[in-house]
Amino acid sequence: MSHATLAAQARALAAREVSSVELTRAALARIERLQPTLNAFVTVDADGALAAAGEADAARVRGDAGALTGVPIAHKDVLMTEGLRTTCGSPMLADFVAPYDAHVVAALKAAGTVLVGKTNMDEFAMGSSNESSHFGPVKNPWDTTRVPGGSSGGSAAAVAARLIAGATGTDTGGSIRQPASLSGVCGLKPTYGVCSRYGLVAFASSLDTPGVFAATAEDCALLLGAMAGHDARDSTSLDRPREDYTRTLREARGAKPLAGLRIGLPREYAGDGIDAEVTACIAAAVRELAALGAPTVDVALPAVKHSVAAYYVIAPAEASSNLSRFDGVRYGHRAARYADLDDMYRRTRAEGFGAEVKRRILVGTYVLSHGYYDAYYLKAQKVRRLIADDFRRAYEACDVIAGPTAPTAAFALGAKSDDPVQMYLNDIFTIAANLTGAPGLSIPCGFTRGGLPVGLQLQAPSFGEARLVDVAHRFQQATDWHRRTPPVIAS
Amino acid sequence: MPLTQDDVLRIAHLARIDLDPAEVAPLHAKLGAIFGILDALAAIDTDGVAPMAHAQDVALPLRDDAVTEGDRRDLYQRVAPAVQDGLYLVPRVVE
Repeated sequence: MSHATLAAQARALAAREVSSVELTRAALARIERLQPTLNAFVTVDADGALAAAGEADAARVRGDAGALTGVPIAHKDVLMTEGLRTTCGSPMLADFVAPYDAHVVAALKAAGTVLVGKTNMDEFAMGSSNESSHFGPVKNPWDTTRVPGGSSGGSAAAVAARLIAGATGTDTGGSIRQPASLSGVCGLKPTYGVCSRYGLVAFASSLDTPGVFAATAEDCALLLGAMAGHDARDSTSLDRPREDYTRTLREARGAKPLAGLRIGLPREYAGDGIDAEVTACIAAAVRELAALGAPTVDVALPAVKHSVAAYYVIAPAEASSNLSRFDGVRYGHRAARYADLDDMYRRTRAEGFGAEVKRRILVGTYVLSHGYYDAYYLKAQKVRRLIADDFRRAYEACDVIAGPTAPTAAFALGAKSDDPVQMYLNDIFTIAANLTGAPGLSIPCGFTRGGLPVGLQLQAPSFGEARLVDVAHRFQQATDWHRRTPPVIAS
Repeated sequence: MPLTQDDVLRIAHLARIDLDPAEVAPLHAKLGAIFGILDALAAIDTDGVAPMAHAQDVALPLRDDAVTEGDRRDLYQRVAPAVQDGLYLVPRVVE
């Protein structure tokens, strides 16, 4: 049962083959055993989880159970959880206990899921390796000398090590898809506006997107279905009809289930800077998709090469504004010693933020400052439009775009932690979906010779989540990459 | 124009982040490397391109001008570093 998918756990719960208390105890035992090795969690709430599991079992007896009632999950520690500490991986919020639940947390609670704890992350979701967490780096379950990716590395590692079947994450520039790729799990970033940002501690408000991790595309769809929905408390939350993202998965389509689907292959997603083993895995995955009936077409995304530069102007600009709220007055850390109010702000922020967060605040402050706004911020917003126009044109010729999620497999802890530019270049394939707002899904599609997972990124136009899930599900029916588990489980 | 150490001190002041003097030179070097990639934006032709501020081209919704939230002051102030009589305490700013 411990390796079961979320869907299988839900079926076993519904059939009364297992109780939520049993599933939750087993998850807590796995977490206790592997936490010292992986450091995937910042906070584990055993008492709260067992109480919630007991309530879930009672609800089932009453006949009140929904599709996910009793399934243990975890939330990234950037999503506020009432009564349970929310740290954002930062000294600034090391002792912060949120007074309310994030919308997606409340939605998954209402769906009956059992929260076992909060997962580790890069500080304020700023990073691609999980090394900027105040609570220490998360280790990659496939090789504990390597990073799990970031910023949602704790969620990715927890699902990869099968501690839990599903977890939330947030994706501002790739923070779900890149760790999913490096840790060998599925990670779905939905369309911007599909999931409410209420109670998600803001990094870059025009890009931040709540999403999910699981072992299968189907499980991602189940979690997303429970999290999505309009929320008037987030002015960017979209009022759309609710969707069943699994609605096409049971259609019988024969040997060519992807017949008629056009897969776009951007020429910009191949070549320099991409590891040869990653390229080989992606090519094999594309051949598999073709064997399932999907013809491939070449598409061009010429402006995508500018996405790192545009993103690292826009995201820090928004971050510098959002993080100005941390001033030591209303919540979070306050310096112990200061001369006056201004000195209190300066010392509080110097002590409360780590090095990468400070760098991004400073970059953002600079690009928004008098005399530089047009050259950087406005220019980056224009480049953002060029990138969105590229995708719009590409989708005239294809339905889904396929390529690598990240240019390399998991790199060694410490390899890039002192070189922000090298770290930023990890996001080269993931950033565009944040700039355009469109959905992206990373699924395991192979391994390097060294046994490290490689992720295939599937992208679709906005609101194409169900199509992405369908393509990934058909791929996963024909392959077993997503069923491989890291050796640390058996250790 | 390359970022100078004076720029670093100026933006740190604007961002209200205290810098240890020993931090300034290494921080300047790292920020300089970051601006090395950001400065490539200048060469991109964006004539006639409308800036894109947001993923969805929708107008922000307006709600009725009505009170919807109850009084949660005590709850929200439980997480504040220093409060008294429902007020946030800060160092004296007016003598």
